[in-house]
Amino acid sequence: MYPDPRVEALIRDNLVPIRIDVRGKPEPMERFNVQWTPTILLLGPDGREHHRIEGFLETGDFLAQLLLGLGHVARARGKWDEAIPRYEEVLARHPDGDAAPAAQYWRGVARYKKSGDPAELGATTQAFKERYADTPWATRASVWG
Amino acid sequence: MLDWRKDVDAALEEAKRTDRPALVDFTAAPL
Repeated sequence: MYPDPRVEALIRDNLVPIRIDVRGKPEPMERFNVQWTPTILLLGPDGREHHRIEGFLETGDFLAQLLLGLGHVARARGKWDEAIPRYEEVLARHPDGDAAPAAQYWRGVARYKKSGDPAELGATTQAFKERYADTPWATRASVWG
Repeated sequence: MLDWRKDVDAALEEAKRTDRPALVDFTAAPL
């Protein structure tokens, strides 16, 4: 259950929520390649998986992961003007969580894909020098600058 | 309270029809 009203509101306003009780029912786990609970998948409207959350998270980190996943769904659909604000929301509201460096990386990708301007990737490399420099995401972005 | 769908295929069809993403929560906790 999600006792935090912010979590409920984010899900209610943006997603079709599906709950699968896996006890004694392995078929859905096999279908979605899930081996452990809790596992949460974010699927696009076409049913394709774009984000996976495995294990328990505190509310703030969970919200950030949901926002990151919504960004990924929008990005996969080429909806840059939806994806970029999702990533920016992660960075603004949950800057110290695990999702933030990933959001900074994917925001750069989405900005580049939207504009076609490689300078967006270089700007992302620079941003990683200022914040999240010690994360694997900084290494991934380092080739852009 | 969220309106959790229990029928996966029906819910995915709803997601497609309404052009919304879906969240699938796999749980072993009592519902």
